Amino acid sequence: MTDLGRVLILAGGLSPEREVSLRSGGRLRDALTGIGVEAELADVDAATLPALAADPPQVVFPVLHGISGEDGTIREVLDLYGLPYVGAVPPACRVAFDKATAKAAVAAAGIATPEAVTLPREAFHDLGASTLIERIVARLGLPLVVKPRAGGSAFGVSRVGDAGEVAEALMGCFGYHDWAIVERAVDGVEIAVGVVDTGEGPVALPAVEIEPRAGDYDYAARYTAGATNFYTPARLDEAILRAAARTAITAHQVLGLRDLSRTDMIVGADGIPRFLEVNVAPGLTETSTWPMGLQAAGLDLAVVCRDLAARAQRRGDAGV
Amino acid sequence: MIASEVRALFAVASRPEIVSLAGGMPAVDALPMEAVAATVAEVVTRRGAQALQYGSAQGDPDLRARICDVMALEGITDAHPDSVVVTAGSQQALDLLTRVFVDPGDVVLTEGPTYVTAINTFAAYQARIVHVPMDDDGLVPDGLAQMLRRLAAEGARVKLLYTVPTFQNPGGITLTAQRRAEVVEICRRAGVLVVEDNPYGLLSFTGEPGRAIRADAPDDVVYLGSFSKTLAPGMRVGWALAPPAVTARLVLAAESAILSQSMFTQLSVEHYLATQPWAEQLKGLRELYRERRDAMLDALAASMPVGARWTRPDGGFFVWLTLPGGVDTKAMLPRAIAARVAYVPGVGFYADGSGRSSMRLSYCYPPAERVRDGVERLAQVITAELRLRDTFRS
Repeated sequence: MTDLGRVLILAGGLSPEREVSLRSGGRLRDALTGIGVEAELADVDAATLPALAADPPQVVFPVLHGISGEDGTIREVLDLYGLPYVGAVPPACRVAFDKATAKAAVAAAGIATPEAVTLPREAFHDLGASTLIERIVARLGLPLVVKPRAGGSAFGVSRVGDAGEVAEALMGCFGYHDWAIVERAVDGVEIAVGVVDTGEGPVALPAVEIEPRAGDYDYAARYTAGATNFYTPARLDEAILRAAARTAITAHQVLGLRDLSRTDMIVGADGIPRFLEVNVAPGLTETSTWPMGLQAAGLDLAVVCRDLAARAQRRGDAGV
Repeated sequence: MIASEVRALFAVASRPEIVSLAGGMPAVDALPMEAVAATVAEVVTRRGAQALQYGSAQGDPDLRARICDVMALEGITDAHPDSVVVTAGSQQALDLLTRVFVDPGDVVLTEGPTYVTAINTFAAYQARIVHVPMDDDGLVPDGLAQMLRRLAAEGARVKLLYTVPTFQNPGGITLTAQRRAEVVEICRRAGVLVVEDNPYGLLSFTGEPGRAIRADAPDDVVYLGSFSKTLAPGMRVGWALAPPAVTARLVLAAESAILSQSMFTQLSVEHYLATQPWAEQLKGLRELYRERRDAMLDALAASMPVGARWTRPDGGFFVWLTLPGGVDTKAMLPRAIAARVAYVPGVGFYADGSGRSSMRLSYCYPPAERVRDGVERLAQVITAELRLRDTFRS
């Protein structure tokens, strides 16, 4: 087995998810150093590239969330520097980070996903917002979920139960992205299924059921300790849990992901897990679901992340 | 603590790539750091045993005497050091006052908008915060009187009027001299204590500092002062000047809260004031902030869309900008952060959800060129937001 060298964790950056990313990165650094791995945390800025060039680490573990972190940018840059890293390659990130494209790709592989309409801000401006909204509501019905085409942590996401609220929801959404996805809301159980691959193929972790104590699973519910009840494994029938695991693995494979991912789904009354989105750099905070899945599987966050880093380093050594 | 989207966005705003017109951070880089270092070294070497020891809950007597000299600059010439309580910034004085005077359900009157952390303090003690109308001349006395009559009819217990009357945070406006007298008289008749929070009073851009409300109303006003804006917030040295009966209660409250203030920072501030040309340095600070204020006002005039309104402060740190077209400044914030500029949405400065179309802009921290750059970026964001609003309104 390769001796694991210095691991550089990239976190922070300028995305709205900066704070979450720094928490993820800090937790990962502590976990790795706790088992004797040399790990450093770097907040990505203009000093990052000169530092990478001057003192390259053996492997990089990106935990940048949001734009530039999960859209392939940082990995493209790491490829430029010839540095091995944990996680998917840039083209796969680009597809996965774009929720509309990812939905289409997994749907083509036979995975259910809520019907949605994806439109840019300009379309509402040029073609008439009220007409378009009317048509969307007629097509998809109510309630709806309005969300940015890319981005995480529920920034810019609204659930609307009334046609009169759609415009406001779209305006909130366009604060975070120039394109909006308007999706048919499915009432049901929200779950997150992590995937990990330390060399023997992707394995689905136990599904984590997400039950906000009040309202939606928004930013506050995600990152305020105690604001959400998590159940691992999710309180669902075995058959549904198996289907959810298959969905997460299929999404991971169809989208060409590598090492780790997390697929968010909703299980409606019909018991079918529906794909909502996939994350290539899942959160690692105390209230994040990917580490909860690891724990439920009897796996240790530090050990798994060390193994993922070692695998990435071996890829680097092999020039893959 | 509840995680919030706005707090997450401010985490990005603290990065140097962002022109932050959000925080009210004083320009401490303008301080003569070597002089500060020498002052601190002297305190440790000459008075270390005292500086590193417990002190009294009321604060160091020498510093309290020095504070009386500072307040005299704003017309408070009758203050006695025994009536001064040194606190960890004026924020702690506000906390102690609220603890002493306010019971759950009591009414605290404030300007609308008002200092956001004062809202948090009053809310923590379960006060009912009621905003008093304000215009370009500060609190409106008729509005205050009307509000008090209405509250009296409701049977509400009104305990305090909290005001930042000079270069207000967040409005940047100043209560006129005539209105100061009227406000005090109205509150006196209603039995309401006036809390005059005055951290910016010495940072006037138009000559000598104005006259504090407390200067003409020693029995009706608790005055809160601070060295955070005129020296350094890192010192955490502020104070309250109160009528004797109130002072005694504040000292007891301070004692139970933190036993004693930091002697180290108190002696450092006192020694700095005694040995450094502080008054001259203040002139330099006023000039620095005036230049930045000018940069902001010029940039606003050059770039803001028709219908935007903003205040024109004669001192202090802040401009209050109100936008047309139903713009929601909180919803617009992520777009501003993406454009590398930050501000504080207006809604945070009200306890009742008002202020959605306003924002606070600070010119105190970035250099003038950055202030101009930030306002220009902001103007582009606002233009895009107005277009978006237009799209969904039609």
